[in-house]
Formats: sequence, C-alpha cells, structure tokens
Amino acid sequence: MTTSSADRSAAIPPSAERGRKLPGWVENRASDRFRPGALVRDLWSYRELGVVLAISTLRVRYKQAAFGVAWAVLQPLLAVILFSIVFGRLAGLPSDGIPYPVFNYAAMIIWLYVSLGVTAAAQSLVENRDLITKVYFPRPVAPLSAAFPGLVDFAIAFVVLVGILVAYDVTPDWAVVLTPAWVAAAMLVVVSVGFPLAALNVRYRDVRLALPLAMQLWLFASPVVYSSSLVEGGWKYVYALNPMSTVLDGFRWSVADGPAPGPEALVSAAVVIVVLVAGLFYFARAERSFADVV
Amino acid sequence: MQTAIEVEGLSKRYRLGQNLGGYKTLRETLMSRRRRDAADEAHLWALRDVGFSVPQDQALGLIGPNGAGKTTLLKILARITQPTTGISRTRGRAGALLDVGTGFHPELTGRENIYLNAAILGMSRREVRRRFDEIVDFAGLERFLDTPLKRYSWGMYLRLAFAVAAHVEPDIVIVDEVLAIGDARFRAKCLEKMSEFGQEGRTVVFVSHDLGSITQLCRRAIWLDHGQIQADGPSEEIVRRYVRDSVGDVPRADFTPDPSRRVQVLAAEVADGSGVAIDHPERGQPLTLRVRFVVREPLPVVAIGFTLQDHRGIRVLDEVWGEHGSDMLAIDDAPTEIEAEIVVPPILPAGSYLVGVTIGSSYDLFLEQEVLHFRVWPRADDPADSLERDRVVQPPVTWHVGRAGIR
Repeated sequence: MTTSSADRSAAIPPSAERGRKLPGWVENRASDRFRPGALVRDLWSYRELGVVLAISTLRVRYKQAAFGVAWAVLQPLLAVILFSIVFGRLAGLPSDGIPYPVFNYAAMIIWLYVSLGVTAAAQSLVENRDLITKVYFPRPVAPLSAAFPGLVDFAIAFVVLVGILVAYDVTPDWAVVLTPAWVAAAMLVVVSVGFPLAALNVRYRDVRLALPLAMQLWLFASPVVYSSSLVEGGWKYVYALNPMSTVLDGFRWSVADGPAPGPEALVSAAVVIVVLVAGLFYFARAERSFADVV
Repeated sequence: MQTAIEVEGLSKRYRLGQNLGGYKTLRETLMSRRRRDAADEAHLWALRDVGFSVPQDQALGLIGPNGAGKTTLLKILARITQPTTGISRTRGRAGALLDVGTGFHPELTGRENIYLNAAILGMSRREVRRRFDEIVDFAGLERFLDTPLKRYSWGMYLRLAFAVAAHVEPDIVIVDEVLAIGDARFRAKCLEKMSEFGQEGRTVVFVSHDLGSITQLCRRAIWLDHGQIQADGPSEEIVRRYVRDSVGDVPRADFTPDPSRRVQVLAAEVADGSGVAIDHPERGQPLTLRVRFVVREPLPVVAIGFTLQDHRGIRVLDEVWGEHGSDMLAIDDAPTEIEAEIVVPPILPAGSYLVGVTIGSSYDLFLEQEVLHFRVWPRADDPADSLERDRVVQPPVTWHVGRAGIR
C-alpha cells in the first residue's frame, strides 16, 4: 500500500525553479500572523470582484422596485419633512443659523449613507455565505464592497441637496472644496465599523438583530436633528468620540456654510483609526474560521 | 516535472456541530463560557496528517465514502478554509468548482450573472468581455441573455454555470462532484472539458463518486477514508480496491439523521425480488434496491434516481422516476419519510456494486452518490472462474450449438 508519506518529495524552495515562467507558490497554513502588506496586495488583485459585487448589489436593489432610484431621494426627504416639523418647528432646536430643512437634509443624506453602509457591511459575509464556503477571495472584499453601492444613492440625494440650497438661498463658501473629503471620511467610518461587525455577525447573528436599534441610538448621538453647538466646553472632546459628529459637522460646514469643526475633530480621527486597525485585526483573526462557521 | 501541489502533515479539526448550522447566539457563548467542560468540546478530525504532492501536468482523482474528508481537502487546497495543522502549497491560483453557479443571483439576468460569476471565479472583466461570445456560445443561451435567472430551467441554469466555469483558466483546477449533476449529455460535455484541461497541462484535482469518470480522467487516484490516505496509486487499481474493500458484511446501511440537511437518505438495503431483505444476494435472481429518505422541508419531489456502479466504475444502471413530469410527489407536511425501490432483473454478474441516489425538486438536486456498497455472490453451481470474466451484465442467455446447416 502506498501511504501518505511514502512518495512525499521534499519541499521545493521557490527560488530553485528555473526555466519556464511559472506562477509562484500560494500557501495555506494555520497562521496567527497578520501581514497587512500581503492583505493589501491580495485585496488589490481582487479589486474587480469588489467592483462586480458592488454593481450587482445595486442592480438587484433596483430591480422590480417601481420607484427605483427615487427611493434614494424619498427616504431623506420624508425624514427631513418629519424632523423639520418635530424638531425644527415644535421643539425649536437651533440649527447654526442655517434654515432647518437645509441643516437637517445635508446631515441626513450623509447619515443615511453611513447607516445603509454599516448595515450592508455587517451583513456582507453572512449574505455571501455561498461564496465564502465555495470560493477563495480575500474576505475583506465583502465588507469593503458594501461601502460603495450607497454612494450612488448619496450622489442622487446630493443633486437634490443642490436644489434645496438654491431654494433656500444658502451659498457655501470656500470650504465646499473639502466636500469629497467628508464623504471619504464617512466611507472610512463605514469600513472601520463594518469590518468587526461583519466578522462578529458570522459567529453571532445577534448583530443583525441588534443593529437597527444601535443605528437608531447612533443617529440620536450624532448631530443630525440637532446642532453639535449644544455641546459645550470640554464635553466637545467627549462628544467627538463619536466620529460622526465631526463628519456631519464637517460636511455641513462644506456644503451649507455651517460652523467649521474645531480641534476636537482630531479625537474623531484618532477614534476612526483605532477602530479601523483593531477591527482589521479582529477580522483577520476571525476570518480563518469563516468558511467553517458561517 | 514541476510540482504544482505540495501537501504536508495536513489536518483539519471541526468542532462537532460547527458545520451543521454553525453560528450561535451570543447568549449561548456566554452561557457555555461559564461552564466549559470537556464534554462540551467534542471534535471531529476531518483530515488527519495527509501528505502528497502532485506534478504539474497530473490529474488526480480523490475517492472515498461520504465524510472521508474529500471536500475538506479541496477546500484547503483552494484556500477556502485553513488547516488546523500542516501546510498546503499550490503553485499559482487554484480555481475551485465546488458547486455550479456559485454566487448566481436569481434577480439578475443571464448576462449580468455571467459577469458576476466570472468575477467570483477569478476572471477579470476584460477577460470576460473578450470571451463573452464564446461563453454564450458554449451555453447556447443567446436568446435568454436578458432574461432574469429565476425564469431559467434547471438545465439552462446548469448550462450557463458550466459555460462560465469552463472559460475560467486557473493554474490548478479543483472540481467537486460537478459531473454528477445534469443529464448524460451535460455530463459528457463536462468530462470532455475536464480532459481538455488535463491535456493543456493543467493540474486537475477531481472528487467524484462516479468512479468511471475518475478512471477515465485521472491516471492517479487517492483513496481517503476517515480523513486519512488509505491508498494512493494508479486510478484503476485504487478504484478496484476501493469498491472491493468497501463492501460491508450485509447489504444494508443506516445513516445518522442530520437535521441540518433538507433531504437525507436514512437507510438503504438490498432485498430479493419479492421485497424481503436478504443478507446474501446471489446472481441470477431479481434484486430489489430500496432506499428510505426524509424530506425535512416542504418540497415538490419531481425525480428520484438510482445509479448502480460496478467495480470498474461503470454505471450499470441509471434509472430515474418522474423524469417526464407526469409523476410528482409534493411533500407538504414535512418532515416526511419516503421509501423508493426498484427491482433489478437478474442481469448482474457476481461482484461488488455501489448504489447512488439522487432526489430532485424543481430547483435543487440532492445527491447521495454512495449510499450502499454490496456484493452479489456467485451461485453455487457457477464455475470457479466465473468471477474473473470481464462483463458488465450477465442475463440468462440461451445457447444453441451444433453443426452448421443441420438445424
């Protein structure tokens, strides 16, 4: 009987190969090491998969939806009408000297992007269960690609924002050039929170159940319906632990001539970086068992 | 010849229950953390110290009973999951076909699914654009390109899926059981494509219970059992030994119920022509092949199939009930147990056989390729050398011998 070890040849060092160009060795072993460099290279070589997944998500979303893309506008618009009545009129919340609907709508479209993105990222691995158990791809591709479809809705809602700015006669100043940076910051928030949530969700489906509630709480912990100017003194730095405070203030500063974010923005930046790095580490540790557990 | 696959000391341990509805709730974890005792930690070694290497131009067949670790090994080779210990090295990208149509979305059209599926299998968009017409040609579905996949029939779905898979060009082709799906023409097409891969000098690793296609496609086979390599060598020899050695003492098999499976075979047995279970089936008498399976979710059962392979892996029988749509068994009150049997006329020569069962609904196909190994014994009055003859069937024949022209 030929047994497992009988004809095993010695490991071949890759450098010893000569002649015809051959693909390099790809290794699979139990490993505790997390190599960010290798991950980035791997992600880059699978970038097309990420793009295709994002495009497919978009296509599926608007198939058989009678109002189609109009939902991207209807959702923030209806929320703003409601909030303008409740918080703007009845509660009379201050809005940094910006007309309340403008104040609220600008924040709302960023918020909806983040909320949609985080939810999609958290579900991205579980929903692609079939892929995870049947093919190889760098697993971070799934939550990463979940951050993109929402940008399309955001872009459409943004066009409406321009209309609203014109209607309310609000003119942004030079800070408008920073608008893309705030959108990028929002994406960073989505990705940094999305990684650990997606990985947690594979093991604990509680994530999916708890998420809607968590997003509600996060909404009211962020300056969407009210202004962050309500928070004063040293509390500003505590408040900035929620990075969305800086993202929303910054976006409103850029597009709606709101007040510029203060030095507490650095706290938000630090939080995002810490969450991103810690989240990636957790993800890398958890991903080894994704295919077995999901 | 260059080595394409190197596997050393590979083991994979699953926590029991992990791959049957794996995830759990946070509360369960918190509870079990508190009283984590040895009894909680039941493990199963799906692979245990497996090692082999495959030269670059070789097609390797993997055989073994269900639960032998074949799929786990493929998943490690394809980097879908990590080994618990040991290393698997592959030269270049290993493309795994563990299923057809991975990632297909029912709402998307055929065209959109081609792009999606190709990207999932590792093809670049430029490559897909370049070969799009070829893929469509291969599938023969030009007219349905803009139809949502959910309106496709099972056959069309398979054709589209395989057309994409056949145009992906990984360095190492890993195929699990795909050939068992679909009709004979589809199987033949798949086999042809697979041998093409082999002729192009690609490395192929192929799992199948269809032992005939293993010997046809692969010069070498590895027999896995309980996560360990049982034998490794020329495929004909390994298949022969596998079929011979897998036969149990009695022609009967029972399976542990696994509630996570929607459809599962629970028992299979051989009976005589009148349906009475027997321990010692003999050649020259009709035999009944009987299978009992459970359907755990409401399901329209539209097809039940039996296959019977001999020791060479030749399909002696491939019978399907309900293939023409007139018969149907709608299971509304699941779980329900179904019994199906066929009576095989007295044609089987003495030897070892392998029974496979397929159960099909409108959308899914449940394959149990190896439900029963059994032996048909020679009759007491058979000549001693009767077993050595190389025949596929042995029906009763009538001889007429005499001098020419006399009759």
